[in-house]
Amino acid sequence: MTVDERSRVSAPLRPGTIGDSPVRPDGIEKVQGSYAFSSDLSADGCLFGATLRSPHPYARIASIDVSGAWKISGVEAVIDASDVPGQITYGLIAEDQPVFASEFVRYVGEPVAAVAASDPETARRALDAIEVTYEVLTPLLDPEVAIAGDHPLIHPDGNVIRHQRIVHGDPAASGDIVVEGTYEIGMQDQAFLGLEAAIAHPDPGGDGVELHVATQWLHEDQKQIAACLGMPVDKVRLVLGGVGGAFGAREDISLQVHTCLLALRLGRPVRMAYSRAESFLGHVHRHPATIWMRHHATAQGRLVNIEARFVFDGGAYASTSSAVLTNGITMTQGPYRCENGTVDGFAVRTNHLPCGAMRGFGAVQACFAYESQMDKIALAAGISAEEVRLRNAMRTGDLLLTGQPVLNVAPVEDCIRETAALPMPDEPVGGFAMPDGSPDAMRLPGGAGRTADAPDIVRGVGWGVSIKNLMYSEKFDDYSTARCRLSDGVATIKFATAEVGQGFITIAQQIARTILGVDDVVLDRIDTGVGSAGSTSASRQTWMSGGAVDAACRAARERLFEAVGAAYGLEPIQLMIDGTDVVDTIGDLRIPVSEASAGLEIDETFEYHHPPTEELDENGQGNCHTAFAFVAHRAVVDVDPELGLVKVVQIATAQDVGNALNPLSVIGQIEGGIAQGLGLALMEEIIQIDGVIRNPNFTDYLLPTFLDMPPVVATLIEQPDPHAPLGAKGVGEPPCISSTPAVVAAIRDALRKAGVDRPLERVPVRPSDICF
Amino acid sequence: MTVAVPNTLTDAVQLLEEHPSAFLLGGGTDAMVEINDGHRRPDEMVIALNRVADLRSWRHDPTAGTVTIGAGVTYTELMEEPLASLLPALAEASRTVGSPQIRNAGTLGGNLGTCSPAGDGLPVLAALDAEVLLVSSHGRRTVPVQDFMVGVKRTSIEPGELIAEIIVPLRTGWQGYAKVGVRNAMVIAVASACLAVDTDARRIAIALGSVGPTVMRCPDAEDHLSNAVDWSSGTVSDDALGEFARLVSAASTPITDHRSTADYRRHAVGVLGRRLARRAFTQGATT
Amino acid sequence: MSNEVFTLRVNGIDHDVADSWLGESLLDVLRDRIGLMGSKGACTQGECGSCSVMVEGSLVCSCLVMGATAVDQEIVTIEGIAPVGAPSDVQQAFVDAGAVQCGFCTPGLVMAVHDLLERTGSPTDTEIREELAGNVCRCTGYGRIIDAVQQVAVRRGGSA
Repeated sequence: MTVDERSRVSAPLRPGTIGDSPVRPDGIEKVQGSYAFSSDLSADGCLFGATLRSPHPYARIASIDVSGAWKISGVEAVIDASDVPGQITYGLIAEDQPVFASEFVRYVGEPVAAVAASDPETARRALDAIEVTYEVLTPLLDPEVAIAGDHPLIHPDGNVIRHQRIVHGDPAASGDIVVEGTYEIGMQDQAFLGLEAAIAHPDPGGDGVELHVATQWLHEDQKQIAACLGMPVDKVRLVLGGVGGAFGAREDISLQVHTCLLALRLGRPVRMAYSRAESFLGHVHRHPATIWMRHHATAQGRLVNIEARFVFDGGAYASTSSAVLTNGITMTQGPYRCENGTVDGFAVRTNHLPCGAMRGFGAVQACFAYESQMDKIALAAGISAEEVRLRNAMRTGDLLLTGQPVLNVAPVEDCIRETAALPMPDEPVGGFAMPDGSPDAMRLPGGAGRTADAPDIVRGVGWGVSIKNLMYSEKFDDYSTARCRLSDGVATIKFATAEVGQGFITIAQQIARTILGVDDVVLDRIDTGVGSAGSTSASRQTWMSGGAVDAACRAARERLFEAVGAAYGLEPIQLMIDGTDVVDTIGDLRIPVSEASAGLEIDETFEYHHPPTEELDENGQGNCHTAFAFVAHRAVVDVDPELGLVKVVQIATAQDVGNALNPLSVIGQIEGGIAQGLGLALMEEIIQIDGVIRNPNFTDYLLPTFLDMPPVVATLIEQPDPHAPLGAKGVGEPPCISSTPAVVAAIRDALRKAGVDRPLERVPVRPSDICF
Repeated sequence: MTVAVPNTLTDAVQLLEEHPSAFLLGGGTDAMVEINDGHRRPDEMVIALNRVADLRSWRHDPTAGTVTIGAGVTYTELMEEPLASLLPALAEASRTVGSPQIRNAGTLGGNLGTCSPAGDGLPVLAALDAEVLLVSSHGRRTVPVQDFMVGVKRTSIEPGELIAEIIVPLRTGWQGYAKVGVRNAMVIAVASACLAVDTDARRIAIALGSVGPTVMRCPDAEDHLSNAVDWSSGTVSDDALGEFARLVSAASTPITDHRSTADYRRHAVGVLGRRLARRAFTQGATT
Repeated sequence: MSNEVFTLRVNGIDHDVADSWLGESLLDVLRDRIGLMGSKGACTQGECGSCSVMVEGSLVCSCLVMGATAVDQEIVTIEGIAPVGAPSDVQQAFVDAGAVQCGFCTPGLVMAVHDLLERTGSPTDTEIREELAGNVCRCTGYGRIIDAVQQVAVRRGGSA
């Protein structure tokens, strides 16, 4: 954005434009319950699909007998691996995951077969009637065993998905302070509420299919589905069904190929929908990780050298483990300056649930480790948690341990200082007293369980600061496309950007209104009828799809100026948009855009690319990331040291957002992301015992409720980034990254005040970790 | 396929006599979870009890010193006055149950019928020595709640019987409930306890949940604290409270599962016991 | 008494239900038999509140109500809260306050907030949190929702 345009925008803000917080265009439908999520879609004559899944973490399939299913009235199709016409495996990076298991099942929940029936109940009974004979094998469950090569290969591609080292500077550099720890991060689930669902409509000739699905990346799904169906890509059309949250879980294929296969086999529409228990099995999860770190620092707490070893358990199939590993290890130093480092990183294959993208994508795990280390350095140096971070804070131009300079705006010190300036909660331990003087029981740890009284509680404060890469890395060209049509004062924008709740559709309208000077912006259906927008992930859509919409609108605006110029004998370059008018900056002409665009049919499509990145060499050196954003979190928690229960009282944050295109939406992302960070700190974990998930439900996989989430106080640090097309950085992931270690640090602080020292080197923290 | 929605207890009992394997449905908050998950399915008949008026009322008998609660009374109703003041521990336990949605549907009778060791109302009923009235077409019988709760999700109900009422003795003295869960709302208890003071009899009762196959009382702990309290001043020493906690922990027989460990549960229930006792009595001098 | 066909009164209209299987929840009857898709199923255990409806004026999880037992009861769903295109004050406040992101939890939350404000005209922050604890949202972190509730309470005449 040019300086002139910025000053235009920051003068009286025209409602609905960039910088305003207009309401989302699908808001009314959503509050009235008429918005169509993919699970609300249906069709006449539609059949219902269901998936048969492996009960074993590792087994050989000896036989599959589907005859029992066929005997059930209402069953119309039964398919398995032998029914896949095209490529029998798929995957985001390596195509190592079977559509249906044929010889081996490698995780509990792996699809083995699918049925289509007249209704869900019949489909369920049909699944029960399929007999699969398994030869149970010894599963590989320990990542160290995989690394050591002590288990037979559980997959032809090997038991180690990726091994990457980083070597930078002087490996022997040391300092007066040496602190180390081994940190464990449990498996978190994205737990979006809108369960997986899709409906496939086969083309009459059976040579094509249209799939309506809730997903994050239409074109990547399209590519993988087409390969498995053995069809040309243009024969597989995807339409975005309403998405009930994603957080990374929809980046991998789940039910897409199965639904299409059934529909094509039967020549009739087929719907598929997962239950919550099935959803826990049917999508990838956050990688559990074990991270050892040893930090060397000066007596003043300045970082000298970092040694680290990362092990990510990728589960049965590769998914995006390779990229998650890169993200994790390249963030080893955190948002801090450090000249020396040696990192060993492994992403391994086990017979656990497959892992892949979840908001934060490797940076979450790294951050818990390095922020815990920074607190240890602070203690050793006798300085505060804030001070150790300020002393080491990164600035623009500083290098990662990969040798990559951070060229973006890098206001780490501002993030810390602005967070520190936010008021501490005035609410005393146990909350303000009730009108009758009694304590407000709901404000104490234990909440509704009434386990404590105020004297049992100690309050603590903790910090977390983090860095996150934006967009994709390691030479991946994750471009985005947008199409802008302008006619008679109405702009119509088309993109394949998956709206998953984050509000891209809102800012797309704002961008168009700002650039084109129209109020009326229509959003076309989100489908594969326009070029790829890349994935809704990696905090990338505001930058990439925002950039594409911005560029497409600018191109359309150029066409408009050419038309006006031709009509009035002016040079397009002397024209600009002011409010809702086309204005001659030199002369007197001022005409409404609606009038200027009357009778025109402007149609511009733009493909927005970010600059290319590099791969990492064998020493992990290379400019592999596209851009970076920063954030600081301060958590205030009340702890019951005897019972190990925690109540988060407040989370304060200052986040580096560049330019808040829609401040209310940014706050929404911040608060929502912090809730997920809090969840990882205190309660969210998929528990697998002997490779079997024990808590595939919301009774035992706990999400933060209204009573668990505290008020959030936030400052937006708006230093527009010159690299970003709108000055705006992505905001979705940073909130869930350093909020986790901030909460844990606050618990440690509270316990120290109670005279208790607990390392708390694992998340989620369990009550027994606190009280024993 | 039949779902019966009787309006009277007589009709309900008659239906059950005719269809002894019928699926009994109270508030649905336990049963529907199992049906939705596919773990249980009604075979031939469902008898819904939520419209039986007789089961949805309660009465206070001052002469007998009891409150009789219909099996269909919901947690929300247990939290309303004047019932909440008559049985404050039951109101507290009800408040810890899930959410308004669950409290509006879940019933005390259903809690008892499911007989999970984590059932929130059950430690209260055990601590207060409640009795369960069971009704069938053959007659009625009253069973002490401790004898009714036999094991994990097992009661001593006979085929053809319905839980009709729960008779709860009123106590003079403090009573309260607490439960431990990992988050601050909507949790299944990892450990829970109800402590009830009977100032007339000069006795403490404490019942524990989630630390054994069924809700349990703690005779040794109760004896200890009942004797340690200075009843004239209503105080007890810190040392006595500490010993009470130790005895409560010792009485528990918890397991390790995906929700928590035996060690933590044993520890937590002792802490709950001590804190409930501390709430009940003002602090005395340490002896 | 056979229940192969039963009638439910939803939002003031009688709906005849056929082909319901024995044990089917009210949520599934509303969505799959009657075609009212506004109530959502996200957990089918009563843990998330996305399926919340009013039965005889009482807020319940429709996934925990057996559909066939809800006969002769007034059922109100999200579709019955306000006419299409004329949202209630609660619904409008949700939109205005930024309390809607993906929207999957929203119908259930709107029901719960309507219920809360019927019972408590000016709820405190704690009361809002406790009474809405049965409604889980994964997107918003709850802040804007609480804001929306307080806005409605103020406008209706309570004090924040």
